[in-house]
Formats: sequence, structure tokens, C-alpha cells
Amino acid sequence: MASLISCPHCGARPKEEFTIKGAVLSRPAADAGHQAWTDYVYLRDNPRGTHREYWHHTSGCRRWLVVTRDTVSHEVGFCQDAAAAKLAEVRP
Amino acid sequence: MRYSALSILLNGLTGNRGWRAAWRDPQPKAHYDVVIVGGGGHGLATAYYLAREFGIANVAVLEKNYVGSGNVGRNTTIIRSNYLLPGNNPFYELSMKLWEGLERDFNFNAMVSQRGVLNLYHSDAQRDAYTRRGNAMRLHGVDAELLDRAAVREMLPFLDFDNARFPIQGGLLQRRGGTVRHDAVAWGYARGADSRGVDIIQNCEVTAIRRENGRVTGVETTRGFIGCGKLALAAAGNSSNVAAMADLRLPIESHVLQAFVSEGLKPFINCVVTFGAGHFYVSQSDKGGLVFGGDIDGYNSYAQRGNLATVEHVAEAGKAMIPALSRVRFLRSWGGIMDMSMDGSPIIDHTYLDNLYLNAGWCYGGFKATPASGYCFAHLIARDQAQETARAFRLDRFERGFLIDEKGMGAQPNLH
Repeated sequence: MASLISCPHCGARPKEEFTIKGAVLSRPAADAGHQAWTDYVYLRDNPRGTHREYWHHTSGCRRWLVVTRDTVSHEVGFCQDAAAAKLAEVRP
Repeated sequence: MRYSALSILLNGLTGNRGWRAAWRDPQPKAHYDVVIVGGGGHGLATAYYLAREFGIANVAVLEKNYVGSGNVGRNTTIIRSNYLLPGNNPFYELSMKLWEGLERDFNFNAMVSQRGVLNLYHSDAQRDAYTRRGNAMRLHGVDAELLDRAAVREMLPFLDFDNARFPIQGGLLQRRGGTVRHDAVAWGYARGADSRGVDIIQNCEVTAIRRENGRVTGVETTRGFIGCGKLALAAAGNSSNVAAMADLRLPIESHVLQAFVSEGLKPFINCVVTFGAGHFYVSQSDKGGLVFGGDIDGYNSYAQRGNLATVEHVAEAGKAMIPALSRVRFLRSWGGIMDMSMDGSPIIDHTYLDNLYLNAGWCYGGFKATPASGYCFAHLIARDQAQETARAFRLDRFERGFLIDEKGMGAQPNLH
């Protein structure tokens, strides 16, 4: 994995400042039903390749980020603020 | 050929020219009763027990690389059955009992060494938790001893007992736990299965699963189509990808776990010892190297290699427990891809397809489970019924709310 991650707020920062939460999933509506919630909580695509995931800039701006990372090469690609990602509703 | 002291002597006298390959290298047949995807410890053990216990020998094990190239050769070789929960404990104890008779059973020296597994505790609360776990183990008929500080000091005098932050108060000891030479487990099962008629097909990657009318009919592989009566998946870190070939989405994430070996040292650690205030476990191999590891890196990965931040973290935890490690050099490190399930416990179950069976979600505890996993999976495949100690490992336990969450972390695989 790259040693430096480019945070949209802080610029290039050491990767040790970040905490990786896991896959970006869209949360179902509260009344979405048992199956939708089971899928959301327990089932994962677990892709071999490009993976969109939530990172927290724990030792920096403390913002939640959406980072695109390759699970085979560990290459870190696109990195944006989670709120901005949600607004743009960018889905690969 | 049966291995024995006599066979070593006779072959030694004849220039060691009589040894044969431990297993054949067969061409895949057009059809098998059972095809097992994954030639790791669990897949090979499954084939072995299918042939030995359940009378199904028309079996193929498909391995995309070579036997022993995956997690069975990438762990820290620890075996134990010190589990708390009723869904887990009898299964791991079955595994321990199988380990105890394994070498005679498959006629291969796997160097099973019951040198003891000691979990250190560092606070009153942790002592109480370990007391509870020890009691649960003994209620299940498993050995457990709670040691006080003096007893631990007698075993391992060089630990940092008076660490200012994490003083060692004692430990929970399972004397029957220990280590096993992991490569020999793969080889022993491979040889045992092969000698009973199982075809072990290496360098054969499954690329698709062919289905008709709700049943699997066979698999497309890099060595052509192979038909099967039943298909069994034991693909560890690649489970999600293989299952996706049958449109099955699993409660699993793949994560990388690193392990390490130090330079060879004179004997000083005579058991497996784990740190209670961080994640660190260490034993000393018969060659003298310290074999140790810690937590998974914490992010999805298929890379079989990890990051330096975790290396540093593991080394710090190790040094906090054993200050003498501060000047020990690392010799090797490697990574394996763990099939981390959503509750930290495995899955041995049917799937929505009649003749497709799943063995996955071993997290980083798969090695110790190898014999029982193989036995219970073979039982399920042969009899279409879960073995009694593996009844809780159902695929639908997540949606039904019957999780087996040994660590109490919830559906967050990178924390298990």
C-alpha cells in the first residue's frame, strides 16, 4: 500500500493516520424488511480487485472518507470526503 | 508404501532409491462422485475422511496452485480447543482428539507436540473472564488450568511480569494444546487420501460452476470440464469468489494475516504463550526459530502480503510481553488470506443448491480445526446431515440471529 494517502482535506498524509472501516454499503430504509437488512449487515461482495471502502482520518481531520483501493495490488486510487461522495451518489 | 522405522532402515541400506512419490499426479477424469474445490488442509482432510470413514473414494481435490501453498502452510501451527461457546467447544475438542491420534491414523510424522497453550491475563476482569472460559471448557470435558503469577513465572521466568501498564497476574493453560508441523498435515492428508483412491489435481483452477435444474453438474477448470455428483467448496480466502460462480453471496470478507519467524535461538519458550493485553502469540519451533503473529491487518485483501504498520504493532506487543525479544531479528514473514466471517465462526453447511456444500469462514482459526473440519464436512457430504459437533455452523444462522460470536465483536470482520 502507498505510504502516503492524499486526504481531500489534509493533503498527502502517512497511511498510519487512517483507520479502515470496510465496504461502502448503502444503508436500507428503517422499514426495508428482514432480507434487505440481513444483506446489508451480513453479506458482502468481497471483490478481488477494486473495492470502495470507508476510511477514517483518525489522526488528522477526523473526517470519514470514501477510498477506492485494489484488494490484490493494495493500490490506493480515488479518495474523497464521505459526505461529498454521498451527495454526488457516485457509484462505480 | 507404509512409513516406519524399518522402512527408513531398509531404504537407507539400499541408497534411499526405494522411496516413491507420496501421491500420484493424475489426469482429471470426466466425472467424480465428489469434487472438492481447494487442496488446502481442509479440502485434503475432507477427501481423506470421505475415503477413510465414509467409503466414498471416487473423489477429486482441485487445487489451483500446489498442495500446501495456501493457508495450511501460512499459519503459526498452533492447535488448541480452549473455546467458550457451546457451538464451538465440542467441535474444536473433536479436532483436538483427532490431532492426538492423527499421526498413527495417516501414517505420517506431523510432529504433533502437545506442549501447552498459555493465555496470559493482566487484570482482575480478565482473570474472571478466563476463569469463566476455563470452567466452560471443563464442563465440556476439556482440560483447563488457571495459573497464578508464581506458576506462570516458574514456566516462563523471562516474561515482563512487572510491566507498568500490563502486569502479568497469571494465565489460563491448556496442556493438551500445542503445535503441529503444518506442511506435514497437508502432505499426510494428501498421501492418505491418494492411497485410498482420491485424485489430487494440482494447478487446476475452477473457473465456473455448471448448473442444471437447481443442481450442480460439474465445474469448468483450467484443465477442462470435470463432472461431479456433489461439489464441495473449501476455498478459504477465495471462498467468496468461488461461491459467486454459483451466485452465492457469503457473509465473508477476505483479510490478510501476517506471521513471522525469527532467527534460530537456543530453546527458551517451551509452550505456546499469548499476550492478554494485545494480540500476540508465540512458540518456538524445533529448529529454534520463534514463530509468532498477531492481528489481521484490518482491510480487505487478496494479496498474501501485509503492511509494515502491522509488523511494527506485532513486534511491539511481543516486546511488551517478552522484553528479551527486543534484539531478536526477524528471519521471514508472510501473509495468508483469511476468510473472515461475520461472527468469527466457521460455516459447514448445505447451500441453496441441492448438491453444493460449503466449508468457509474459518477466520484465522482454521489450522487447528483442520481434522474436525475435514471430518464434519465429509460427514455432511456423505450423509447429507451435519455432524453433531458442527450443527451450529449453519449458513443461515446470520439471518436467523443465531450467531456464534466468540469475541463479541458483532458483524465487523476486521475486529474478530
